[in-house]
Amino acid sequence: MSQKKEALFSKKNKKLITDPLDDNNPITVQVLGICSALAITVQLKPAVVMSFSVLFVLSVANVVVSLLRKFIPSRIRIIVFLVVIATLVILVDEVLKAYVFDVSKELSVFVGLIITNCIIMGRLEAFALGNTPWKSFLDGIGNSFGYAWILIVVAFFRELLGSGTFYGYPVLEKLGIYNFGYENNGMMILPPMALVTVGLIIWVQRIRNKKLIEPK
Amino acid sequence: MDLNKNTYVFFFSTAMVLVVAALLSFTSIKLKPLQQKNIALENKQNILSSVGIYVSREEADLNYEKYITDSFVLDSDGQKTDIDISSVQLNKETKKPKKEQNMPLYISNIDGSEKYIIPLRGTGLWGPIWGYISLDNDMNTVYGAVFDHKAETPGLGAEINRDFFEMPFNGKKIFDLKGDFVSIAVVKGGAKENDYHGVDGISGGTITSDGVTAMLKERLEKYLPYFENKMKENEVNDIMNFVEEDINLNDTINKLN
Repeated sequence: MSQKKEALFSKKNKKLITDPLDDNNPITVQVLGICSALAITVQLKPAVVMSFSVLFVLSVANVVVSLLRKFIPSRIRIIVFLVVIATLVILVDEVLKAYVFDVSKELSVFVGLIITNCIIMGRLEAFALGNTPWKSFLDGIGNSFGYAWILIVVAFFRELLGSGTFYGYPVLEKLGIYNFGYENNGMMILPPMALVTVGLIIWVQRIRNKKLIEPK
Repeated sequence: MDLNKNTYVFFFSTAMVLVVAALLSFTSIKLKPLQQKNIALENKQNILSSVGIYVSREEADLNYEKYITDSFVLDSDGQKTDIDISSVQLNKETKKPKKEQNMPLYISNIDGSEKYIIPLRGTGLWGPIWGYISLDNDMNTVYGAVFDHKAETPGLGAEINRDFFEMPFNGKKIFDLKGDFVSIAVVKGGAKENDYHGVDGISGGTITSDGVTAMLKERLEKYLPYFENKMKENEVNDIMNFVEEDINLNDTINKLN
């Protein structure tokens, strides 16, 4: 910390949160965490639960690794990351199982998915290892939100078009759309359509944000 | 200090492992009783919802006492044993040879008629699935069913614990018209109307659905000796009731005369 003390929310620090939402989005630009984006976007609810879990694990793991960054031997750093992430996830799972059983049931399968989520590993390696705890914390929050909004948008369309529901509520049925011969598109439920949806989001994002287009 | 010296790497990883191990085992031991209590309550909650009584987990204990009138363990011949039902763990039972398995059974009294609740245990796509199915006292008609899972895919196989999957089981039959055991199958693409032995499967959750089918068949089959005894008993009771009515009728006629 040789630099002068920086304000907690200086311009640079704010960028750590806003950048991953668009210019440096973990899914659409960094292409991290695609696997979980395919797996759990069939419905909104699991997507929201996953977003919160990643928010917690990523921000805490970022801080822990950032605190340890001067002590971690670089030869085994990936193993250290893995241990930190796995420990956090299991701790959270144990606490949820004891105190908020319903949430833990909802999370069951995500425990494994969070550990293998490349966003966390990627941010630890690319950011937390070289930055102060506070900055790493902000980076964790920013990237989780960047991840979350993509997840939620994809899940919204997949649930609406695939099952005709919104957060479990049968909107299309209530609107009476089925009476006109409309049918749910079963393909939206399957993983490939998540990839197509993410592709469409990337397309729209690049039309809007010219910075992202690589020079030829 | 050179962070990449072998001694330091060894030192660092040993320390890390020790700290993490201590932390995890401490939490695990501290939280175990609370977790087990939650699981036990959830089981009771599931048993109750298989006979159509939906209560919160907090109220499960109270209602369990109220509605579950009897519970016991059967041996492979369908005879009652005096094994404590809380000591029977289905995941261990299903691994034993068929002859040595013990089958737990719960009996509930709903609106004056007895329902027989059979615990289920099988395998889905990623891990174990389980549930409870309750039969009317004809030992044939399904009164209700609940399912749950450890780690099925959210939005696909995990949907087996939802109402839209469980409700269609109500009123299905496990024996066909000839009286042969056929169980209930989860049908991919949807069961036909009037199919008394099939319910709709879940699109994208075929392996979990098949797991449910296999679990129902495997588990219910084990109770067949008990069902048969019970059905015979029911028949005898019916005849007895009939005879009794007959006697009563005769008495009345005699009196009138």
